[in-house]
Amino acid sequence: MADLSSEFLGIKSPNPFWLASAPPTDKEYNVVRAFEAGWGGVVWKTLGEDPHVVNVNGPRYGAIYSSDRKLIGLNNIELITDRPLQVNLDEITRVKRDWPDRAVVVSLMVPCEEQSWKSILKKVEDTGADGVELNFGCPHGMSERGMGAAVGQVPEYIQMVAEWCKQNTQLPVIVKLTPNITDIRAPARAAKAGGADAVSLINTINSIISVNLDTMAPEPSIDGWGSHGGYCGPAVKPIALNMVAEIARDPETAGIPISGIGGVTTWRDAAEFMALGAGNVQVCTAAMTYGFRIIEELTQGLSDWMDEQGHARVSDIVGKATPNVKDWQNLNLNYISKAVIDQDLCIQCGRCHVVCEDTSHQAITSTVDGKRHFEVIDEECVGCNLCVSVCPVVDCISMEQVREGMDVRTGKPIVNEYANWTTHPNNPAAQR
Amino acid sequence: MASSSYEQLQQDLHPPLSRHEASVESDRCYFCHDAPCVTACPTGIDIPLFIRQISTDNPKGSARTIFNENILGGMCARVCPTETLCEQACVRNTAEDNPVRIGELQRYATDHLMETGEQPYSRAQSTGCKVAVVGAGPAGLACAHRLALLGHEVDIFDARPKPGGLNEYGIAAYKSVDEFAQKEVAYILSIGGITLHQDQVLGEDFLLEDLKRDYQAVFLGLGLGAVNDLGIEGEELAGVVDAIEFIAELRQSADYTQLDPGDRTIVIGGGMTAIDAAVQSRMLGCEEVTLAYRRGVERMNASQFEQDLAKVNGVVIRNWLQPLRVLGENGQVTGVEFARMSEEGGQYAPTGENVILPCDRVLKAIGQQFVNSVPAVDGVTAIELEAGRIRVDDERRTSDARVWAGGDCITGGEDLTVAAVQDGKLAAESIHTTLTKGQTHG
Repeated sequence: MADLSSEFLGIKSPNPFWLASAPPTDKEYNVVRAFEAGWGGVVWKTLGEDPHVVNVNGPRYGAIYSSDRKLIGLNNIELITDRPLQVNLDEITRVKRDWPDRAVVVSLMVPCEEQSWKSILKKVEDTGADGVELNFGCPHGMSERGMGAAVGQVPEYIQMVAEWCKQNTQLPVIVKLTPNITDIRAPARAAKAGGADAVSLINTINSIISVNLDTMAPEPSIDGWGSHGGYCGPAVKPIALNMVAEIARDPETAGIPISGIGGVTTWRDAAEFMALGAGNVQVCTAAMTYGFRIIEELTQGLSDWMDEQGHARVSDIVGKATPNVKDWQNLNLNYISKAVIDQDLCIQCGRCHVVCEDTSHQAITSTVDGKRHFEVIDEECVGCNLCVSVCPVVDCISMEQVREGMDVRTGKPIVNEYANWTTHPNNPAAQR
Repeated sequence: MASSSYEQLQQDLHPPLSRHEASVESDRCYFCHDAPCVTACPTGIDIPLFIRQISTDNPKGSARTIFNENILGGMCARVCPTETLCEQACVRNTAEDNPVRIGELQRYATDHLMETGEQPYSRAQSTGCKVAVVGAGPAGLACAHRLALLGHEVDIFDARPKPGGLNEYGIAAYKSVDEFAQKEVAYILSIGGITLHQDQVLGEDFLLEDLKRDYQAVFLGLGLGAVNDLGIEGEELAGVVDAIEFIAELRQSADYTQLDPGDRTIVIGGGMTAIDAAVQSRMLGCEEVTLAYRRGVERMNASQFEQDLAKVNGVVIRNWLQPLRVLGENGQVTGVEFARMSEEGGQYAPTGENVILPCDRVLKAIGQQFVNSVPAVDGVTAIELEAGRIRVDDERRTSDARVWAGGDCITGGEDLTVAAVQDGKLAAESIHTTLTKGQTHG
C-alpha cells in the first residue's frame, strides 16, 4: 500500500487532500464533518478584521452543466467569512486541539497595512494552527475594497505583504495567487521574493456564469442585478494545471512548494496536479457538489494508482511531469503521428468525418465503395487529434506514430532525429 | 369473466417524458453526421436537429423541425414501431445496445407545440387551385396540409363519420389516448384552406369522374376496405369477427362495460393489428387470449416490443398453427382446429398433427385488401392497379395524369402511418409542381 501521508512546509497530514479556503471550511461543524470523513487538512475560510463582512442575502452561486446536469463550472459571489473573528479563532483552536494529526491552515485577508497583518497573525498563532495562507486571490467584492485579487494583481504588493507576514510570524506562509493576471510567473516570483514559503493556486476566475434572458439579469442575480463572481470547478482545471506548471518550471521560482487548486474532482486530477509540481492539492467544488465522502474515492484511487505504478510515497510523484512541459519551439517537428480508427469499436456516428471535413483537413472518409464507412486518409491527416477529441467511444480512434518510411502527406522521409522550430528553415530567426 | 383493466386502455403505453427526462435523454444524442436514424425514417425527419433543439430547451423549434417533414409527427411518435425504424438505426445500439428514445422525444416536442395550439406555418399566397383528397387518414391529411401550405384549396372526402382513418379507428386505444387522433386532425386543419366532408363514400356518394370534373387534381388516400378471409369452414359462425372491426368498435365505444370481449379469444395473425386486438381483449377482461400464427416467431410482422407487450399483458403467443376450420355449435363458434406446421430446409408444410383450441371468439387479423371503389358507373377505370393495389411512380402519380395516390391503397404500401404521411407529402409536392407549372412567380 502506498503511503499517502503528506508533509507540506513541514505541515503533516494523513493524505495530500486539503479542503480549500471556501464555504466548506467556514465553521467548526463543517470542518469536523470533513475530518470525520477523512480529509487530510483544511484551509480555514478566510478571516478578516472585525466588524466582519456581510454577504448578500440572495443567491451566491451559479452553475454550468454538461449532460444530465453534471456540474462542470461553479461561480460564486460569496465574500470571506461573515462571522466575528473571535468565533472563528475559538473554533480553530478547538478543532486543532481535537484533530492534531490534521493540517489546519488559516486563510487571511486584511487591509494592506502592516499593523493589520501583524495583529491578526498573532491571533492565529495563538490558535495552534499550522500555517497561514494569504488570500490575494478573491476576484469579487473584497477586491473592490483593495484586498484579495487587488493585491494579487500587483506583484509589488504581494512581495510587501509577504515580507510583513514573514517578519511577524514563525508560521509557514503560503501566498494564494489569483489567475486573473496575464502571466502567473510575476506574482509567483514576487511571493518568493517576499519570502513566502509556498504558493497556492489558482483562486477563482472572474466570471459571469449566465444571463437570465427573461429578466436580462446576470446570474446569480440579486434583485435583478448581478456582479461578476469567481469561477471554479472541473472547467478551470486546465487553466490551473498550466499555471502550476509555469511556476514549477520557471527557473526563478523552481522548487518553491506549490499547493495545487482548481477543479480537482477525482484522484486522477490530483495526480496530474502533483505530477506537474504541486506538493499537495486543495479541493472545494467537488466537495460542494457531492459532499465530503468523495475523499474515499480520492484517497483510494490515488493509492491504487501509486501501487500500480510502484510509487511508495506521495513525494515520489511530485514534479514527475514538470520536465516534460516545454515551450512550443522545443517540440520535436520530426515526430509524425496519424489517426487510426478501430473499425470494431466504431459506432458509425460520423462525427470524426464531419468535423475533419468541415473544420479541419478532409482526412476522414464518410463512404467507401458506396457504403457508410469512416477511415483515415493518411495522405491528408496532419495528426491533429480533433477526431480523437470528438469521438464518443473510448479508444476507438488513436494517434499512432509513423516511425519509418515516409509521411505520405508530405512525401518526405521519416527522420528519427529530434529537430525543432529554432533550427527550422522556415524560421527567420533560426540559427544556422 | 376475468377482471378488466379499462384504465389501462385509456392510459398511455409510454407516459410522456417530463422536461427533465427529455433533457437527460436528448443529451444522449450524438448529433451524428448523415445520421442513420434520418435515413431510417420514412419521412426523413431531421432527428439530430430536433433532439438538439430539445436539449437546448427549444421544444417549439424542435416540433417545427418534426412537422416540416411529418405533420402527423405527434401520432407517429405514438404509433411508429420505432424499434424497427429510427431507433434500430441509432448508433448507440452498437456500443451499448440502448438507442436514444427518439419516439418519446418526438412526442415531447410535438405535444409541447400542439398544446399551445400554435400552427407553425402560414399559408402561401393562394394559387387559385382546388384539389380533392379522398380519405382523411394519415396520407390524405398529410397531403391536404402540404397542399394548403402551398396555397391550394383542399376538400377532403372521407367515408367514415370521423376523420383520422386508422388513427381513429384502427389502432389500440392505449396508443392514442385522450382523443389524440381528433386533436391532431383539428391541429392539422388549423392551417386553413382545408374543408372536411365526412360520410362521403367514393363509388357510392360520388365518383372519381366528379372529382376530376370539379378539381384540378385528385389525391386518393383510400386505405384498405376489406379484411382478408381465412377461406375455411365455419368462418361464418357467430363470434368470428374481423380484428379491425373489433378495434374500431372499441375505439368508438363510450362505455367499455357494454363491450363483450368473451371468455376465450383466439386471434389469428402475426402483425400489429393482431397484437392490438389481443392486448385490448385482455384489457377488456377476456380471460384467455391466444394469438395463433402460422409461421415461426421470426416471421411475425409485429416487432419484438409488440410481442413482449402482448406477453406482459397475458396473451399467449403460439406459433406454427395454421387454421383448418372453425368449429361451432348452434351457429356459435366453439373452437378452431389448426394444423401444426413446420419449416424444414425452407419447406413450409404440415407436420400431420392437428390441434384444437376451444374458444368463444375468433378475431381475424390476417391482413386487409384493397377494395377498388375507383371505377366509374360504367365499371371502367383509367387508374391502373398492380398486385391488387394502385400503381404509382416515385412522385405518387397514378396512371391518370390528374390523380395521385398514397397510403395503404398503393402497391408496396407499407401498412405504416409514417409511410402514408410520406406518400401524402410527396404527392402534394408533385401536385403543386404540376399545377403551378408555367405559372409565373409573384
